[in-house]
Amino acid sequence: MLIHHPLLGPRDASEFVYKGDAALIHRPDWQSEDAQAQFADYGYLRDNPAGPLRELWFHEQGDRSWLVVTRDTTSHEITSVELASDVARREARAT
Amino acid sequence: MTGVNRLDGGLIDRTKPMRFTFDGIGFTGFEGDTLASALLANDVRLMGRSFKYHRPRGPMTSGSEEPNALVALRSGARKEPNTRATTAELFAGLSATSQNRWPSLRWDAMAVNDRLSQFFAAGFYYKTFMWPAAFWEKVYEPIIRRAAGLGTLSHEPDPDSYDKGFLHCDLLVIGTGPSGLMAALTAARAGADVIIADEDFLPGGRLSAETHMIEGQSGAAWAAASVAELQALPNVRVMTRSTVIGAFDHGIYGVVERVSDHLKEPFAGKPRQILWRVYSKRAILAAGATERPIVFENNDRPGIMLASAVRAYVNRWAVTPARQVAIFTNNDDGHRTARDLAAKGVDVTAVIDTRLDAPTSADYQVIAGGVVVQTWGRLGLTQIEVRTPKGESLRIPCGALGVSGGWNPNVHLTCHQGARPVWNDTIAAFVPGNSLPPGLIPTGAADGAFSTYEALSSGQKAAHVALSDLGIPHKVSDLPEAEDAPVNITPFWHVASAKRAWVDQQNDVTAKDVQLAHQENFVSVEHLKRYTTLGMATDQGKTSNTAGLAIMADIAGKSIPEVGTTMFRPPYTPTAIGVLAGRARDEDFRPIRKTPSHVWAEEQGAVFVEVGMWLRAQWFPKPGETHWRQSVDREVLQTRKSVGICDVTTLGKIDVQGTDAAAFLNKVYCNGFAQLPVGRTRYGLMLREDAIAMDDGTAARLAEDHFVVTTTTANAVPVYRHMEFVRQCLFPDMDVQLISTTEAWAQFAVAGPKSRALLQQIIDPPFDISNDAFPFMACAEITVTGGLRARLFRISFSGELAFEIAVPTRYGDALMRRMMDVGAGFDVVAYGTEALSVMRIEKGHAAGNELNGTTTALNLGMGRMVSKKKDAIGSTLSEREGLTEGDALKLVGLKPVDPDHNVPAGAHLMTKGATVSAANDQGYVTSACFSPNLGCHIGLAYLKSGDSRMGEIIRLVSPLTGVDHDVEVVSAHFVDPKGERLRA
Amino acid sequence: MRYSGFNVIKQALSGHKGWGPAWRDVTPKESYDYVIIGGGGHGLATAYYLAKQFKQSRIAVLEKGWIGGGNVGRNTTIIRSNYLLDGNQPFYEFSLQLWEGLEQELNYNAMVSQRGILNLIHSDAQRDAFIRRGNAMILHGADAELLSTRQILRRYPFLNVNNARFPIQGGLAQHRGGTVRHDAVAWGYARAADQCGVDIIQNCEVTGFRIENGTCLGVETTQGFIGTKKVAACVAGSSSRLMALAGMRLPIESHVLQAFVSEGLKPVLPGVITFGAGHFYCSQSDKGGLVFGGDIDGYNSYAQRGNLPVVEDVCEGGMAIFPMLGRARLLRMWGGIMDMSMDGSPIIDKTHIDGLYFNGGWCYGGFKATPASGYVYAHLLATDTPHHTAAAYRFDRFAKGRMIDEKGVGNQPNLH
Repeated sequence: MLIHHPLLGPRDASEFVYKGDAALIHRPDWQSEDAQAQFADYGYLRDNPAGPLRELWFHEQGDRSWLVVTRDTTSHEITSVELASDVARREARAT
Repeated sequence: MTGVNRLDGGLIDRTKPMRFTFDGIGFTGFEGDTLASALLANDVRLMGRSFKYHRPRGPMTSGSEEPNALVALRSGARKEPNTRATTAELFAGLSATSQNRWPSLRWDAMAVNDRLSQFFAAGFYYKTFMWPAAFWEKVYEPIIRRAAGLGTLSHEPDPDSYDKGFLHCDLLVIGTGPSGLMAALTAARAGADVIIADEDFLPGGRLSAETHMIEGQSGAAWAAASVAELQALPNVRVMTRSTVIGAFDHGIYGVVERVSDHLKEPFAGKPRQILWRVYSKRAILAAGATERPIVFENNDRPGIMLASAVRAYVNRWAVTPARQVAIFTNNDDGHRTARDLAAKGVDVTAVIDTRLDAPTSADYQVIAGGVVVQTWGRLGLTQIEVRTPKGESLRIPCGALGVSGGWNPNVHLTCHQGARPVWNDTIAAFVPGNSLPPGLIPTGAADGAFSTYEALSSGQKAAHVALSDLGIPHKVSDLPEAEDAPVNITPFWHVASAKRAWVDQQNDVTAKDVQLAHQENFVSVEHLKRYTTLGMATDQGKTSNTAGLAIMADIAGKSIPEVGTTMFRPPYTPTAIGVLAGRARDEDFRPIRKTPSHVWAEEQGAVFVEVGMWLRAQWFPKPGETHWRQSVDREVLQTRKSVGICDVTTLGKIDVQGTDAAAFLNKVYCNGFAQLPVGRTRYGLMLREDAIAMDDGTAARLAEDHFVVTTTTANAVPVYRHMEFVRQCLFPDMDVQLISTTEAWAQFAVAGPKSRALLQQIIDPPFDISNDAFPFMACAEITVTGGLRARLFRISFSGELAFEIAVPTRYGDALMRRMMDVGAGFDVVAYGTEALSVMRIEKGHAAGNELNGTTTALNLGMGRMVSKKKDAIGSTLSEREGLTEGDALKLVGLKPVDPDHNVPAGAHLMTKGATVSAANDQGYVTSACFSPNLGCHIGLAYLKSGDSRMGEIIRLVSPLTGVDHDVEVVSAHFVDPKGERLRA
Repeated sequence: MRYSGFNVIKQALSGHKGWGPAWRDVTPKESYDYVIIGGGGHGLATAYYLAKQFKQSRIAVLEKGWIGGGNVGRNTTIIRSNYLLDGNQPFYEFSLQLWEGLEQELNYNAMVSQRGILNLIHSDAQRDAFIRRGNAMILHGADAELLSTRQILRRYPFLNVNNARFPIQGGLAQHRGGTVRHDAVAWGYARAADQCGVDIIQNCEVTGFRIENGTCLGVETTQGFIGTKKVAACVAGSSSRLMALAGMRLPIESHVLQAFVSEGLKPVLPGVITFGAGHFYCSQSDKGGLVFGGDIDGYNSYAQRGNLPVVEDVCEGGMAIFPMLGRARLLRMWGGIMDMSMDGSPIIDKTHIDGLYFNGGWCYGGFKATPASGYVYAHLLATDTPHHTAAAYRFDRFAKGRMIDEKGVGNQPNLH
């Protein structure tokens, strides 16, 4: 597969390491009432869609940036690639 | 000696005769021949035996779709079983043997199976061989296994090498037939970067096998001229002998180039084959079509071939398969063979056309509406019986029968990404469906456009589409004149009255087997295939799938598309495993990583061990030492007595910098780092988010905004990856940067009572490493040996007074030599990983064996390190009930009760007196060694509630290795439990 | 008709007319007591044991395509019970014992071949880990033996010992492990279940669940609504998209695993062998093809196909131990959808919805579990209590911190 790195252009997917659903960006608040339940949900339950999925890839053999890739899990078509830190800043709670 | 069946003309080079042998007999052929064409030229039609019934077989085709003529090419270590004689390029000295027969091809004892064929119907083995139960492995299976398979692998290592390459292009054209050449010319002339590939050694596709004219010259000449133009262009790469084996995601294609398979041996230093990964922006599938036969009684005799194959042998290889040839066809194309044969003076004894309105000829008799109902000639066809529409029975003499049941577009690559082909009634075949691999355009016969003109036209059109997509301007030019005959086919798949008619010739699947499958409710194409094994042989059903579907459709009263179609998957043709592996074999299977002191260690005669991809010195034997224990015990004792040096470069090092560096480490470690003073190091335990201990190491604060983190060797890469995840994805607003410095710094442990004295010899004054100035866990940036920058950490894995010193990697070798030199005065010893391990076990330090991915801080005895006052990775989930049970495993030390006993790693622990069973399992031993300091074996183990069982005698069992004896539960800190030597 | 050598001969002599359908073609009834979703190995086995062992009736198996068309038809056919953890080993050993009597039980030759499985060892740390595992196997009543390199070479003389990057230092063997003809397992269970009155309904896809007040009343399908008392989901890689119809998220990611077969060769591999310093395992089918595989591709996928890097990685692993393999040819490769769970171990449990049960999370190890999975799932369905060998396979083990993690890699499915 090819991943179009936002800074480096198209790279072979074998330069990357895959982690999983980009929902991992949204780490729960450790001080919330039901923190343990929220962390269990965050750590263990997944949508696992047959369709577009936002997922995290690490450019281990390149610039070591984490990317959020939107890819269809039935066709492998990639429709968007962003720097994960950009996504995280935009979407995640403040620490 | 040109071969009795040779004709005039052809595309072979008669100035280059070649001697070769088949089953020990010598023959002559020419350059340009395949093994099959050369054998046919010499009147050899018998080339193999079928899988199940061992029926005599000859080539059915002239290409890679061949099911029958499978031979073992070459011998010894280079032997290639199951090689298709129809694609094996002839070379001088070629030697091939037939397969799957004993004692000989002409007389095969296993042919008795053919006489017992009614007992070997499809699926018979599922219904029997069950009694007695023990007989399956002892009797039935060995017999079945020996009868199975066609070729034999030599047990010797493959002596050839294989390469891998990467190519990029605007357009990949798959196939050098008229459609592919036209597409490539169009795109190349417009300036696109083009790669065109063909599995054949002679480009031209069907043009090499037909007598079509293109723009006034022979098709073959037009092809040659086109190829010459392409080869002369700088933006084109023409690849012959190159099979596009698969269409992978995002325009990536796998192409296997056979560099030297047509030579006796590869050129010195050259690979046998190359696996190319082609990154294409667009691709054109001009893979042509494959003819399929008709199914009839005894349709598998040597000499019965596809009509198009007969034509190819006649036109390209100047060979007639027999002196008298008949044709059996359901479409106009079969007649071409008769015309081409007649033009070369071969006796065409009849053309049997199933269509009542078949075209007639002045040159040979046409039996319209006739069907072939019987054949004779076990080792080679001699005659056939034809039934006419009037019911007459005619005997027709022939040594070869060309059969044409129509053509199947080679849609395979269009299916590699899940698309299913669709049925087309006009040509009675499957054509590419929808949702093709993005960027792939099928053209020509692969798309169901069978005439030469249609091939040229569609090739040009596809190139235009690709060029437009790529934004490359282009002009439309005229197409050359070429034949444009329509497809005239009336589907006729099988002669229903046949008793023994072959559908899949290699696997011996007959029409009756399809009938039986239907009878037993294996009606879907998937079930049909798996139950009968139709289409599962080395030809993957290329010439048999459609007939199988058609017969099933007939029986089930459905249409062919209703029955379905099987999926085509890579590789397009069987591919040597060697080329997929490439150069990564033997010692080059994985890279070797060497430490900075490796060369020095080799000079010392060190014994090395793999630690992941690293080679580390395991111990340094001295002259006179014959057993490794002597070396290791010596290294341990000497280090603890005076001073030892060990290369610890392999442990991960990560530089953490930024104003938020401490806050960041506070998130990553479960224990606190925010208050760590500058100039101090602290042990850190890193948990996974699920609270399991992931790694441990130290973090040294060199400055307010600068830490150096260490990891274990095995986890250097995953920990770095994890830390970047935390930084970029979880806390992107923190001001912190990371970089891996594992390879940037050579690092050595200098341990033992004399370690300070040794280091004082190289550390540049005025830096003071006395106990007051540089206490346990201090760290600093210093210089050594007169100005070389270095980092010094007072940390200890061994439990002795110890330091770790780091210098830029390129100075590592020199530093090791310098320290050993000045250390001579302090009785220094170099120690390896084995001694390192013994000392850390004696000290009770957890390492990889203890951090096995299922243990928590609590198990390690570090439960209190998990701070409840801050958020860190893993802290929340560490409180789950399953991880905090009352009898949780705890890390303990073990000592044998009998000092002569050992404490083997992997042993399980039982309570003394309890039966040895899983129900009484109390834990397991993680690390073990002989302790020269204690004079006995010791171990570390996880034991339920271990921390409250000190002094208890328990039972250590390892039934796998026959060990069962008592051990005492003790503190893991065997040596210097109070840490006095650490702090000296 | 009973399958036997006698009947094979009798039918052969009389034109094979006596063989009837291996299972009936059935239109679904309006309601059943049990509806099993998924006509793969596990679903069919569940139906069989539910009828035969637990004497239940009014059972249907719904399969969206053709039975046996999923992972049971595409795996590397290995059976073994060489697991480490208490939560796993008894279950797999139970399964192996069921394999041992399966053909006689089903009257179908599934070609259970206990030719042995060998895990190669390439380092001290690996040896220690395998010793721990071999001990666990023996303690749980299975068989295990530690072999030296010399012992291994007697059976596999062509192993690479002279030029290996990671030399072989021995191996852990389970002699009772081996291979089975995978298609025959699906067909054997289907025929036996059918003979017990189970309705096997093909080309019937579940499109929804009818749930009222926390109770499942039945399933909506492409062949209409089917009411039932209990619904048992059993669909491997499709688990998430099926259970999403019931509003559930699962601790599962679907990943592609590629598997490979070579051209047929005369016997060369006596048993099953796994490489310890790379991802590669291999056996030889009774038809002669070498059946081999390696690691998953690593990214979520429902596409049932993978990419070149894994193909190359697997072949590199093969060449590392069998350098003769270079001359053999890869014939076909295919990909399946693996239900990778968060700890690498399966889930066989009730859900929070009354009457809805779940079996999934088998990762790439479901084939060997087929008989036991069917048996324990039938046990759960019939008695509403877990079988003692499957008691730990609960949904709530993740929230409670009781993971069953053989590899020790944690809550990242693609690492298992």
